Amino acid sequence: MNGPLLKVQNLTKHYPLGSGLFKKTIPVIRAVEDVSFTVETGETFCIVGESGCGKSTIARLLMRLVEPTGGRVLIDGTDIAGLKKDALRAWRRRMQMVFQDPYSSLNPRLTAGQIITEPVENFECLGRRRHQALAADLLRKVGMSPEMMHRLPSELSGGQRQRLGIARALSLNPSLIIADEAVSALDVSVQAQILNLLLDLQQQMGIAFVFISHDLGVVEHIGHRVAVMYLGRIVELAPCEALFAKPIHPYTEALIAAAPVPDPTRLRLEAPVEGEVPSPVYPPSGCAFHPRCPLAVERCRIEVPPLVPMADGRVVACHVRAPATEISGNPALAGDRSILLAQ
Amino acid sequence: MALLIVLALAAPLYAGDPLSMDPFKRLQPPSAEMWFGSDNLGRDVFARTIFGARISLMVGLLSAVGAALGGLLIGVIAGYVRAFDNIVMRVMDGLMSIPTILLAIALISLTGSGVGILIVAITIPQLPSVTRMVRSAVLSVRERPYVEAAVSGGARLPKVLWRHILPSTIAPLMVQSAIVCADAILTEAGLSFLGVGVPPEIPSWGNMISSSRLYLSIAPLTIFAPGICLAVMVLAVNLLGDGLRDLFDPRAKRGR
Amino acid sequence: MLLDVRDLETHFYGDESVTRALGGISFQVNKGETLGVVGESGCGKSVTALSILRLLPKLTARTVGGEVRFHGRDILALSDREMRQIRGDRIAMIFQEPMTSLNPVYTVGRQIAEAVQIHTKASRSLAMAKAEEMLCLVRIADPQLRVNNYPYEMSGGMRQRAMIAMALACSPELLIADEPTTALDVTIQAQILRLIVDLKERTGTAVMFITHDLGVVAETCQRVIVMYAGRIVEQASVIDLFAHPAHPYTQGLMRSVPDRRRGRQRRLPEIPGIVPSLREPIVGCSFAPRCPFAIDICRDKTPALRDVGSSHAAACWRAEEVMGA
Repeated sequence: MNGPLLKVQNLTKHYPLGSGLFKKTIPVIRAVEDVSFTVETGETFCIVGESGCGKSTIARLLMRLVEPTGGRVLIDGTDIAGLKKDALRAWRRRMQMVFQDPYSSLNPRLTAGQIITEPVENFECLGRRRHQALAADLLRKVGMSPEMMHRLPSELSGGQRQRLGIARALSLNPSLIIADEAVSALDVSVQAQILNLLLDLQQQMGIAFVFISHDLGVVEHIGHRVAVMYLGRIVELAPCEALFAKPIHPYTEALIAAAPVPDPTRLRLEAPVEGEVPSPVYPPSGCAFHPRCPLAVERCRIEVPPLVPMADGRVVACHVRAPATEISGNPALAGDRSILLAQ
Repeated sequence: MALLIVLALAAPLYAGDPLSMDPFKRLQPPSAEMWFGSDNLGRDVFARTIFGARISLMVGLLSAVGAALGGLLIGVIAGYVRAFDNIVMRVMDGLMSIPTILLAIALISLTGSGVGILIVAITIPQLPSVTRMVRSAVLSVRERPYVEAAVSGGARLPKVLWRHILPSTIAPLMVQSAIVCADAILTEAGLSFLGVGVPPEIPSWGNMISSSRLYLSIAPLTIFAPGICLAVMVLAVNLLGDGLRDLFDPRAKRGR
Repeated sequence: MLLDVRDLETHFYGDESVTRALGGISFQVNKGETLGVVGESGCGKSVTALSILRLLPKLTARTVGGEVRFHGRDILALSDREMRQIRGDRIAMIFQEPMTSLNPVYTVGRQIAEAVQIHTKASRSLAMAKAEEMLCLVRIADPQLRVNNYPYEMSGGMRQRAMIAMALACSPELLIADEPTTALDVTIQAQILRLIVDLKERTGTAVMFITHDLGVVAETCQRVIVMYAGRIVEQASVIDLFAHPAHPYTQGLMRSVPDRRRGRQRRLPEIPGIVPSLREPIVGCSFAPRCPFAIDICRDKTPALRDVGSSHAAACWRAEEVMGA
């Protein structure tokens, strides 16, 4: 099968604000708005953005922990939105998630061994001996000693807990792991250990990652392709090296410039981008970034910029830096953006 | 508390007959034969107090268990199944707005008195508070990442509920049950005092206080014995609740 | 010299154990400088700040030794009343999460004005005017409207600005900032860092900047101390520290940060093992079990902080070799 492992098309999620029993119109949080991308087998696809940009909602939509308002999620060509209970459970074996907080994502009442084998036990009944062998095997895979299987999460360090979270995700041999800020809560030295573990696992088992993070340094280190999100929309999607070498969207540029660099000799010339992220309930008209954008022109206030493909295989949504006229002569390309995104 | 339970259970072994009347020994002061004296019908107040403890405990415990089980069931459903949530909680709000005692009296007068119906009558008004508590515990746990992790690991709903959600509702439930138990004991005493609770021939603290209030100045023990026992019992149950809370609160255990 | 901390030792008392959170640390803060304090969680960097300000939880923690000289006077020996006058007026502090350190039931303007009124005997209206001026100083748009805002009406970045305004309202000589940008988004963090650096230059306030982020240190501080397991392991000017880290922990920390200059998709050099528990006494160098340079002496004797260059000190027996590596 040569198609992409995961294909996301026009995914949209609106959260209603409060219940609308007595109100005529309910304001909605536009958490994710018309997002499309693909993930290939064995690839690390990163999603970056600041709080409220919708990156965590995407993770939950992919896992179908929340139902999408619109759009499709296809894994190996099957639309998972249409799946019913049992089919959905079977499909979940292919895709697992690693959570941000290594404290609250593990049930405090279960032992390490119980936690990491639980997903398998949902599908088949393990005897005591196979259960132990599986737990030991999983623990070894994530660099922990098998004796740890009898410990409770509260007896483990943050790094060890995150290893458990990864072991749990690995237990079903998934082809895709969604890591939602999986290293953000960890200290730098532990973070390095976990990132190395993820890189090793990818090499050994060919797992694809959807790696969601706000930390550009981490994303640059492990990503193959990166999508930058702002207020629920992808504003730039590019191969990792190209994106960091030459960001095109002004927001990407601001984000990279704002990240502190551990080099005291580097002179900081540019002033940080002004203003704050607007509310996703009432996003600005047109391009959501226009109130903070130094390049904004009249058109940015009126019209939402489409994602326009550039020469080096990236797509950018900006009227100024990536005017849509480039593709207007090629209706085949303009018609289906997802084809472009798959490249 | 344990002492009270043992005393109550062992009652038939050492206390005299709580029902036998002796018209010639009415309203006697305490003696070797009858430690707390006798009441207006010449019954042994000590024996009646001890047997009253059995009634009180039984009503309290059964109501607590009933309210806990009922509340757990309704609470978990309301907390996890969104569609039921609104309906169930509005019904509970409705129940809650009626005073406990009035509701119990209403139920009893519909069906006639008896210990069994009394327990049901006391349990129903206690349901809302337990349900609310369970529901809020379920709501706070169901959003935890480890529950989401279980769901994304392919766990079926009953398993998610049983393994990940129920255990964290048990601690507050135990505590709430202790409070319900204390409340039920008081309510039973109140109902019996009003004459709609336990049938008058059965010794219960409420009955005893009610029937002896006329003779307060002549035989004070007939009213103080059950009264003090009632206070001690309620206090003991409440302390037990506090103890349970400390035992189950993970924060108290971790100590950080 | 503005602040002189000598052999500061703080213990936390649990049910059955004593945690030696600070094992005798000494450092100075000079007038008008920015001192960075870096380390990972549990290294004692926040405890240092709380010990200096005497804000430790009274029941569970105590400073058991050392002194903190502010303008030559040991503030650990002051009465509570005298301490209150120093706190807020001459030494101010900002915290990681501004929402918890602002009172939700008063307007921001009123809280700043109150801070002003406690330490100067200004009238209410004068203090409110000062509050507005401070909000203007921290570049909050429409300060005359924002003084009447409650904390929940502000965004995270704006609340942190308000906190800074409150901290600077009495023109303190020392500002202790404990992870002030950790809870903020990168673009907002850049704004706040820039603001703190600008204000420091304008007011001449010395800043003690506590953070876990080496990037933040590199961009804001002049001098840095690195802490590990309740001790200072290295102290240097920011340029020296990043150019020639002299303690293996500092080195390991710097290498484990992903850095584009070293290439992508490679394994990051990691520090093996975990931070030692501070409940049991540590024999020898606390980093020895994780250290690639460790030799016998490291496991037996605790190294003291010693000079390894001009204004560069490290607590390592093999610092010279580490610097060369």
